[in-house]
Amino acid sequence: MTISLDPTNPSSKKLQPTGWLRYFSFSLDHKVIGLQYLICGFIFYLIGGALAGAIRIELTSPLSDFMPREVYNQVLTLHGTIMIFLWIVPVVNGAFGNYLIPFYVGARDMAFPRLNAVAFWLIPPSGLMLISSYFINGAAQSGWTAYPPLSITTPAAGQIIWILSVLLLGGSSIFGGINFIATILKLRRPGLKLMQLPMFCWAMLGTSLLVVISTPVLAGTLILLSFDIVAHTGFFNPNLGGNVIVYQHLFWFYSHPAVYIMVLPAFGLVSEILPVHCRKPLFGYATMVYSIMGIVVLGLIVWAHHMFTSGTPPWMRLFFTIATSFIAVPTGIKFFNWVATLWGGKISLNSAILFSCGFIVNFVLGGITGVALAQVPFDVHVHDTYFVVAHFHYIVYGGSVFVIFSSIYHWFPKFTGKMLNENLGRFHFALTFIGFNLCFAPQHWLGLNGMPRRVAEYDPQFELVNQISSMGALLMALSTLPFLFNVFQSAFQGKDAGDNPWKALTPEWLTSSPPPVENWKGEAPLVIEPYGYGKNNSQQESKITK
Amino acid sequence: MGSSVPKTSAILTLIISISLAVLGVWIAYNIKMLPIEASQNSPVYDELFKVLFIIGTILFIGMVAIVLYSLFQFRRRAGDEGDGIPLEGNISLEIFWTAIPAIVILFVGLYSYDIYDRMGGMSPLMHHENSSNSNPLDQKIWGGIGSDSIESSNTDNSMVLPIELTAMQFAFIFHYPKGDIITGELHVPVGKKVSLKMESKDVIHAFWVPQFRLKQDVIPGQPTVLNFTPTKAGTYPIVCAELCGPYHGGMRSNVIVDELNEYDNWFQQNAKETI
Amino acid sequence: MDMEKITPNKNQKLPNEIAMTSVAPKQQSSQNTISETEDHEDFRLFGLIAFLIADGMTFAGFFAAYLTFKAVNPLPAGAIYELELPLPTLNTILLLVSSITFHRAGKFLEKRDSRACQKWLIITGLLGAAFLVSQMFEYFSLPFGLTDNLFASTFYALTGFHGLHVTLGSIMILIVWWQTRTPGGRINYENKFPFEAAELYWHFVDGIWVVLFIILYLL
Ligand code: HEA
Ligand code: HEA
Ligand code: CUA
Ligand SMILES: [Cu+2]
Repeated sequence: MTISLDPTNPSSKKLQPTGWLRYFSFSLDHKVIGLQYLICGFIFYLIGGALAGAIRIELTSPLSDFMPREVYNQVLTLHGTIMIFLWIVPVVNGAFGNYLIPFYVGARDMAFPRLNAVAFWLIPPSGLMLISSYFINGAAQSGWTAYPPLSITTPAAGQIIWILSVLLLGGSSIFGGINFIATILKLRRPGLKLMQLPMFCWAMLGTSLLVVISTPVLAGTLILLSFDIVAHTGFFNPNLGGNVIVYQHLFWFYSHPAVYIMVLPAFGLVSEILPVHCRKPLFGYATMVYSIMGIVVLGLIVWAHHMFTSGTPPWMRLFFTIATSFIAVPTGIKFFNWVATLWGGKISLNSAILFSCGFIVNFVLGGITGVALAQVPFDVHVHDTYFVVAHFHYIVYGGSVFVIFSSIYHWFPKFTGKMLNENLGRFHFALTFIGFNLCFAPQHWLGLNGMPRRVAEYDPQFELVNQISSMGALLMALSTLPFLFNVFQSAFQGKDAGDNPWKALTPEWLTSSPPPVENWKGEAPLVIEPYGYGKNNSQQESKITK
Repeated sequence: MGSSVPKTSAILTLIISISLAVLGVWIAYNIKMLPIEASQNSPVYDELFKVLFIIGTILFIGMVAIVLYSLFQFRRRAGDEGDGIPLEGNISLEIFWTAIPAIVILFVGLYSYDIYDRMGGMSPLMHHENSSNSNPLDQKIWGGIGSDSIESSNTDNSMVLPIELTAMQFAFIFHYPKGDIITGELHVPVGKKVSLKMESKDVIHAFWVPQFRLKQDVIPGQPTVLNFTPTKAGTYPIVCAELCGPYHGGMRSNVIVDELNEYDNWFQQNAKETI
Repeated sequence: MDMEKITPNKNQKLPNEIAMTSVAPKQQSSQNTISETEDHEDFRLFGLIAFLIADGMTFAGFFAAYLTFKAVNPLPAGAIYELELPLPTLNTILLLVSSITFHRAGKFLEKRDSRACQKWLIITGLLGAAFLVSQMFEYFSLPFGLTDNLFASTFYALTGFHGLHVTLGSIMILIVWWQTRTPGGRINYENKFPFEAAELYWHFVDGIWVVLFIILYLL
């Protein structure tokens, strides 16, 4: 009985370089592509973080003195765009999705390996293009939301480059999404049922649905916007009879789901990490699956909560308030189930668990401020203030970035066959956690008391609190040092990990570390209980003693 | 799951959580987290804020407490290589923690609807201006929150002070139709309802007075309306809250809330026509 | 199913053995008994459908924008937004017929009659080209240009984006036609995925046109 799970043309594999070189090549191996995404994304994270550093330096004093005002706007636009489109989205989807999904469905590669490589190789050029716009003619300076008419009136070159690179990145993520859906639904190993898949597959399936449904709308919108800029049409130009609110609706129709594109895969990753280090099955598998799908459906119908102070009629505000608030229910289910997974486990307090639990704590706070923001009467005061900045950094940094770090600690042994240094890892966690909260918790107060976002200058009364926040940012920047040191040191001189250092049951651990080119030497294993920790203990022991 | 967990520590957690929640309530009532209240809208807003803050604190502290407790109580002891209890799920628990947030959310939703209504969000806009206006743009006016219905839906025209606001890069310009006054600073009397009709000349701006707890975008090609009643004399900042270009951060003005007679003085001095 | 779980303590081969023994042969037929190429086609077509959903969402965004513009934004006095119907109706018919001819071509491909298949493909391609010509003709006879007003801009954006799809589809038909030639062509009844993909895409473009026709010309 031969199972043909390998979609790639075997002859093309021979052309693939091996060794370190393959990470710089048009490789078709999903593991190589996954790591390419990860490393490329991390470089952009450092760039985006350096821009955040520039923002925080500017904001240590109430005057606009560190950089010109236009440059400040360019910096915050690039910071937001890079962090979202070149760091979080490619890493939680592209990096971990590509690396793990084929293992989880028992395949040797993704459904469309070539498309996969194309999707990755769209990213570095568009990222470089975006950043180089800063040096050519001034980068885009209308925020990552690019609201017209501002985006039509600011210098055109930067805005057009911004649109082009976001279009390319959107295309990349659509290709990725199609690939994930096809891999999960069509490439599953025979005998493996959907409800036996590891939770990350479900998270990626939900995310990819959102990607495929919503990203094209962003693409269409940006095409219209670019027409307004280069061909002087009037879609969003009120002077020519256009309507600026339509842009906002279309933009948020994508960009609200985009926030779940940034966080659902992170939910999936946490669901993989917790059971392993707690030595317990994932609590409430089925409800976890339903709640992901609930988030996907609800996520598509809440976009106007970003527009409560724009021109929206009352009925619309109320509808979007209710719909948005209800996202707390499926999300809450996930959090309670994770806590129940912790409960009664045998938890190793290692870096992976610490970052995952940091994620839970931070995200709950960010989610609660989110539910507050969803209430129209509450939002009319804090919309477009630092309260919102605090809300989303609690979620994107305290949520997604914490999970990325957690995942690196968890899967590094798989990637390289070496262990990371745990003490350095815990130190990294402590520094990040303290720095993060120091940086963003005070921003809630700033927003409530009257500091708007996207400003380079502010009232002197906010100086002290801004300086505290900048101190936190400094700590966060410093916290990357032990991490980077740890990664480089361990990759070369780390302790050997063996194939399965965590004694994990998910399929990627049932092969060597790092895995061979086609994932398994023999046939793919059938894992129908990826979270079967602690079950049939007696049976297991008797087998060992035999 | 109770058997393996000592009952006393569960009770202890409960007690700690409750006392932390009480602390949250105390903070909500005693620590100033918002600027002073200077409009009829503000006390209503602050009431909502308190309720949200209390609910949020209880939820957040509860979650943190459970996570910390689990990490401590269920940490792996040295030398223990075994697995945890193989609990895979529990239907009644799932129902429980689906229902609780749903109830909380329903409560929050209904409550904030009530607040929204009390802020005048649901009452029709512009009922006090001549509605026979035939300008097509006026017919699609969209509004922010007004404080109409707070004072027994007083729709007497003489009680309302209409003002027009034009925003442009990077200034707010106010026009008083009654005295034909044009000014860069907004003067309003205490206790009188103000109806701001806003339009932008170029890009989107936003009119925000933190002390009034009110914000409304000022949109080109799309007039918007904001109603409010100031309640406390003083000078408060008007902040532009929508990115509108390089000097967005400098696009500020003041609203000067005067006692009625001072306001009248100011008005008489500046009015072009006597009324 | 009562299956043993996999533990890291067991050796690597064990999971495979479980897989071999515990899966009833009938359940796996879909993946195992069909030949490899067909296995491929299955999810390539699936991927194409996913892509078409995405593409359709781009159009949906445009339609939504158009309908909102129409509902809330008054046009300047004198702007024309009543369109002539004859030409677009002809276009609709051209595209609908071309869908049928493409389908016929597919039927002949299945019957291993490549010549007839090619004949019907040519007809399809000509119909597509006729559509494009007549669309161009309409563009030149319209009394408004791209930047005249909101309606004009949206009209050109929508029809232009659709026209781009038709152009792409026509090129695909050309390629498929070339590849179905009897000695030397790569597409035949055994390897008909490229043909099916082009056909599906063509039907999709037609479907979009019908929606576009209703929304833009009839509403
Ligand atoms: C990954 C990113 C991410 C995620 C997951 C979320 C999640 C949520 N967001 Fe956030 N949001 C952003 C990223 C994100 N957001 C960004 C980037 C912006 C700013 C964009 C810009 O303008 O630049 C923004 C802005 C934003 C706004 C607009 C604010 C404004 O501009 O005025 C609103 C308003 O409703 C909102 C709401 C929410 C809600 C209700 C959730 C919910 O999904 C949260 C649900 C989670 C929980 C509630 C916690 C867990 C639940 C429980 C423990 C159960 C019990 C809880 C209750 C009963 C309350 N967000
Ligand atoms: C999506 C992810 C994401 C992430 C991870 C971050 C991370 C951070 N963000 Fe950002 N942020 C956004 C998304 C994100 N942000 C978005 C979408 C906006 C809105 C933009 C807009 O308004 O349009 C925003 C806006 C925003 C603002 C508001 C600007 C304004 O409105 O005026 C601020 C201010 O404090 C800020 C700060 C920070 C800080 C201190 C970090 C820190 O966590 C960063 C920590 C990391 C580092 C410090 C890197 C360390 C490395 C180095 C320092 C080495 C340097 C390397 C080289 C020189 C090669 N961000
Ligand atoms: Cu005007 Cu910001
Ligand atoms: Cu949102």
